[in-house]
Amino acid sequence: MNPAPSVIVFSVLSGAGFGLLFFLGLGFAQAMGWTAFLWWGMGYALAIIGLLASTFHLGNPGRAWRAFTQWRTSWLSREAWASVAALLICAPMALSDWLGLGWPRAIGMVGGVLALATVLTTSMIYTQIKAVPRWHHWLTPVMFLGFALAGGAVLAAQSFAPIFLAALALILLAIWQVGDGQFARKAQSLGTATGLDRIGEVTVFEQAHTAGNYLLREMIFAVGRKHAQRLRAIALALAAVIPAVLLAISAGPWAFAVAAVCHVIGAFAARWLFFAEAEHVVGLFYGKR
Amino acid sequence: MTSLPVSTEKRLGLAIDLDTCVGCQACVTACKGWNDQGYGAPLSDQNPYGAEPSGVFLNRVHSYAVQPIEGAAQTINFPRSCLHCEDAPCVTVCPTGASYKRSEDGIVLVNEDACIGCGLCAWACPYGAREMDAAAGVMKKCTLCVDRIYNENLPEEDREPACVRGCPTGARHFGDFADPDSKVSRLSAERGGYALMPDLGTKPVNRYLPPRKKDVRHEASVLAPLLDIKVSGFVGWLDRVLGKI
Repeated sequence: MNPAPSVIVFSVLSGAGFGLLFFLGLGFAQAMGWTAFLWWGMGYALAIIGLLASTFHLGNPGRAWRAFTQWRTSWLSREAWASVAALLICAPMALSDWLGLGWPRAIGMVGGVLALATVLTTSMIYTQIKAVPRWHHWLTPVMFLGFALAGGAVLAAQSFAPIFLAALALILLAIWQVGDGQFARKAQSLGTATGLDRIGEVTVFEQAHTAGNYLLREMIFAVGRKHAQRLRAIALALAAVIPAVLLAISAGPWAFAVAAVCHVIGAFAARWLFFAEAEHVVGLFYGKR
Repeated sequence: MTSLPVSTEKRLGLAIDLDTCVGCQACVTACKGWNDQGYGAPLSDQNPYGAEPSGVFLNRVHSYAVQPIEGAAQTINFPRSCLHCEDAPCVTVCPTGASYKRSEDGIVLVNEDACIGCGLCAWACPYGAREMDAAAGVMKKCTLCVDRIYNENLPEEDREPACVRGCPTGARHFGDFADPDSKVSRLSAERGGYALMPDLGTKPVNRYLPPRKKDVRHEASVLAPLLDIKVSGFVGWLDRVLGKI
């Protein structure tokens, strides 16, 4: 699949932002005054920058409000609702933490859970697609939630962050291991896709068109697969292993800052791979994957 | 609304005959020609006369070589367009309600005025039936020529999809699969029409009619009986004698 920069920026930044809002909402950071303002501000900024970035790949962004209408069937619509609900309900908690109003923590808990629910809806947009076997697996939402919780814990400077980062490393290794076999497990080939396997062995005689088209650009993106192994190593090291080791050694503010930057860069690499490595069954009609 | 109808009164679709399709691409051009000027935004082309042309097509014809276990290889031309699935994944993923399936005839359509061009429906379709229009920023797909099949301004014989009307070999048939006596239902039943990738649970309406079994090729020449000359008399005696020397 085409790794559109806007979608990668969106899912990485808003994922980390909502993860941070989750911990802030639940009251893990215990910040007061301007420290609280900066912390909540960072969570909101990441989430909102991400959400704005997501509108850049739309053909008609002016109609984006319509995405709120189909929550009964569409995960993308549910994501729109969950994100707005999380941002609205977290707002009084942020105000209370900043100005020391002492409003009940329950508000933040509801907002925090909604923030995590937003990440879940984002992951379900991809998980629901049967035509992309690598995504159509329960490990996809686990991976998205893993990134949100690990990134959120680092950004919220929690002492348990290294444990979450270690868990993220295991999730990444699992999703790559399982994902590599997903296409083969669905047992689709050029023969089964066309139904011509009932006659014999099928090969492409002539392509349907000589130039590129939307399908080839969007669904049959093959550039990234070449360097997949190296990128996986980079993603694993930067997103999980290095920040985990760093925070296990030192728990100072600088360690958390470096770990956060490191984690986010690694998350970008992992998310780029998430799209670039995913193969759509439509590629079969072209004799490609 | 992107909820799928529980059932549709009709199940309009195509029966595509892979036996008679010669891969002439007439359906591709007929489709592009009609849909360029009818329903919704025109099917735009980018850089059409340049080095890397690109454009939207709602129907594309692939060519495959198929090698049976016995006998010679076959070329099979394979038109690919929207299958108007009963359980269309492209409809339910749409966040705006632009994508919908009509309860009266089962046609899957895009309301372009509500489409935000997110492309998720194209990702959800296993068959590559949807292509984004780069100029209009909206998703395009086969409409089953909804602006032809009910169009009373057209002569009756033209009230079928442009690809069906334009096919010179009669390889494409249009009709109602909900009616067991319709032409397409009978064709599909007689010829063993099949759906594409049924295990993905999309329940396509369109059916592909597999190529008929080829005749067995006779390896021996038709002249063979004439070559097996039986000789008698003096020539026969000579033949036997010479054979023994």
